[in-house]
Amino acid sequence: MIRVQQADFDPGLELEQLRKRCAGRAGAVASFTGLVRDRNDGTTVSRLTLEHYPGMTEKVLDDIAAHAMTRWELVDAVIIHRVGPLAPNDRIVFVAAACAHRNNAFRACEYMIDVLKTEAPFWKQEETPHGRRWVEAGES
Amino acid sequence: MVQLRYFASLREALGIGEEQLALPDNITTVAQLSAWLQTRGTDWQQALGDPRLHTAINQAVVRPDARIHDGDEIAWFPPVTGG
Repeated sequence: MIRVQQADFDPGLELEQLRKRCAGRAGAVASFTGLVRDRNDGTTVSRLTLEHYPGMTEKVLDDIAAHAMTRWELVDAVIIHRVGPLAPNDRIVFVAAACAHRNNAFRACEYMIDVLKTEAPFWKQEETPHGRRWVEAGES
Repeated sequence: MVQLRYFASLREALGIGEEQLALPDNITTVAQLSAWLQTRGTDWQQALGDPRLHTAINQAVVRPDARIHDGDEIAWFPPVTGG
């Protein structure tokens, strides 16, 4: 299950819904939540705006989740990413994996967030005391 | 006609997010289209000439020698920074 949305999400609720969908088939659920930091590259960040490529974003996230499902024999996978204006400490991204055993759940989460960061078409723009700037790849 | 899209810092540098245009007959690849667009001026040459840019055709990332066809959606964007 993947979602791209402006609104905040509730990790507890997402994990509970994931648990219910597993219906006894999973022995482990692992998750990762990414937050907006108040500093980046030595500068204070007061606001972050996420731009994306509607349509392609969903395709890429679907592919990442589907690949993780197959490679780690998951029962279910979740990827949620927010877009639009965000403030420090806001939740920005969430991934979760449910499967028979914990090792694969951890690995699947790490895979999903790592690949998302290099392939999903999102771009961060920061507001700093020196003005707005686009985040360069590799520093986020 | 093809649909062209530009994102993030590229969109800002070009001052345009998307446009439609009729593809000239002699343009068959992404690299040729980019080179042709770069003749629009210095801004276009600098922005689209950035070797770090990625290109997607119909929302799938492609290499510069990928062929384009009438009706395609072609997008250029800088390296992604989500997550």
